[in-house]
Amino acid sequence: MNAFMKLIFTSDFFYSIFRVTTPLLFASMGAVLSDVAGVPNIALEGMMLIAAFAGMYFSYVFNSALMGLLFAVLFAVAAAAVMAFFTLYYKTNIILGGIAINSLASGGTIFFLYLVAHDKGTSVSLASKVLPNINIPLIGDIPILGPVISGHNVLTYVAVLAVLFTWYLLKKTPLGYHLRAVGEKKEAADSVGISVIRTQTIALLLSGLMCGFGGAFMSMGYVSWFSRDMISGRGWIALAAEAMGMQHPLGTAATSLLFGVADALSNAVATLGWPSDLVKTIPYCATLAGLAIFSIRAYRKNKNA
Amino acid sequence: MSRERSFNMIRTAVSMLVAILVAFVIILIVSDQPVESIKIFLVMPFSSGSYLGNIVETAVPLIFSGLAMAVMFKANLFNLGGEGIFFIAGAVGSFVAIWPKFPSVLAPLAAIVVGALVGMVVMMVPGGLKAKYGANEMVTSLMMNNILLGVGLYLLNNLLRDPGMASLVSYKYRKKALLANIVPGTRIHAGFLIAVLCAVLVYLFMYKSKWGYEIRMTGNNAKFASYSGINVAKVILIVHMVAGAIAGAGGIIECIGLHKRFEWTALPGYGFDGAMIAMLAGNNPLGVIGAAFFVSYLRIGADLVNRSSDIPTEMIAILQSIIILLISAERFLHKYRQRWIEKGEKK
Repeated sequence: MNAFMKLIFTSDFFYSIFRVTTPLLFASMGAVLSDVAGVPNIALEGMMLIAAFAGMYFSYVFNSALMGLLFAVLFAVAAAAVMAFFTLYYKTNIILGGIAINSLASGGTIFFLYLVAHDKGTSVSLASKVLPNINIPLIGDIPILGPVISGHNVLTYVAVLAVLFTWYLLKKTPLGYHLRAVGEKKEAADSVGISVIRTQTIALLLSGLMCGFGGAFMSMGYVSWFSRDMISGRGWIALAAEAMGMQHPLGTAATSLLFGVADALSNAVATLGWPSDLVKTIPYCATLAGLAIFSIRAYRKNKNA
Repeated sequence: MSRERSFNMIRTAVSMLVAILVAFVIILIVSDQPVESIKIFLVMPFSSGSYLGNIVETAVPLIFSGLAMAVMFKANLFNLGGEGIFFIAGAVGSFVAIWPKFPSVLAPLAAIVVGALVGMVVMMVPGGLKAKYGANEMVTSLMMNNILLGVGLYLLNNLLRDPGMASLVSYKYRKKALLANIVPGTRIHAGFLIAVLCAVLVYLFMYKSKWGYEIRMTGNNAKFASYSGINVAKVILIVHMVAGAIAGAGGIIECIGLHKRFEWTALPGYGFDGAMIAMLAGNNPLGVIGAAFFVSYLRIGADLVNRSSDIPTEMIAILQSIIILLISAERFLHKYRQRWIEKGEKK
């Protein structure tokens, strides 16, 4: 237990919380933006995976991390566009559409990984780029707190901005009102002249944009390569965070942070020699437990109301 | 058969055709010898008894996962936990196949029963949370998949692992616990018969029993079902238990049918295949058999192409998602649908 405590109360551990929360923040904001407009995007996982692959591959091709990021975002938005086209115009059930995009991403990235790297596991043979870490002057020099806040990957700071952006967009802009109106009651929104399909398309594309950043972080920040199914459930954890955050951007960010702590914990205690197979399940157990507690509380509240 | 139903079949066929055409395009772009590869993809799976045998043996787990998903979809539930159930039922069932000394017929039966029970119990977690508290069954079941993988690997590493083997595999199953081969010269095992029997039973359950009727009612409109006196929470729980048992049986049958030891070290991926197969079959349990054969045929074809020309078998995943998107697209071929149904009315 002593060793455990020693492990937890370090700047390294708190630093790692921000690191592992970054992709969750992007994905959960993607979940908020789509769900608020009444189009639950369950393909966050797949879109991030596609973005992670595109980021790795194009940063290698162009020898530039920035181009990698650009293509990562582009591909994730394209995947969102495909999903929007089928679900909104061809009336594919949105859940099944999401399942399709996830399956496409999982198999498709392995397919192309093999074509470009002749490996079905990882892309380590390709010299892809990583996005830079940023040392914040002054703040970085503060003892204890400095090393926690400063020196993160640039996308970690973008993730914080993404939360603020989502909050601002939804609460303060006309587009945000339209998104919420369409999600609340689309017939009513339609009757006052808001185009439901157009608004929901925008919601899905924004959701894809967030996944683009999240995926890019995975292959160009979290680690410096692509490996098969490397998102490993983060898209789903983000969905749980979004449900527990009641679709509110700030609440969702808070629950994402909670799951980030669980993730960081499982990484940290792995060094203590606990059974690694079970330690790896900590983030998923935390999500399952969180979702269960949340549902039970919501159920009780409804019953008493 | 109504014009509308026959149109749905046409649409399914068109979706399958589009998927195969996409496969052609992929092969054309990637392969050095496209014509040869396409020929291999389409024809070679039928060219020999052993390839035909491969199609049948690959179809067995697909039938089970397709059935589990069909039952779920019929109740309008989107639970993707079949994946984890296959894995954990295989791992726990392996204990029964390795140690207890049951006589011959009883041995595989015991393993299958244990696998099915494990599936049933595990599926009650997302099922119970959904039925009682309305927790999103898709997210909980996907979390369960990752947890079950960890637990299964823990069992494999610490209890089942054969220290005499270099790779991570369990001890050998006892000979008596293996499912018998039913077609000499292939690897087709008795599990195929169980799969077909299972499909028939699920069909009878869904269409001829009271519970099946309640499940279908709930799937059509849960609110209406609830108002007409159906206990929707009970239905949700039953559906999960049935689907869990089917997937669990499928998991252990795949292990004792095809393998000699427990040798999965990652989730086998049948959960998502099941979703597509159920959709191809229009959630009809008997249709699942045909759909599983179609997917299995694609898979063997892709496998053969992979051997001759270096095109990764993951090509199948691309085809699968196209099939899912097209089949579930209500507006796909919408114009023709109208015309087709009107033509039927005039006669």
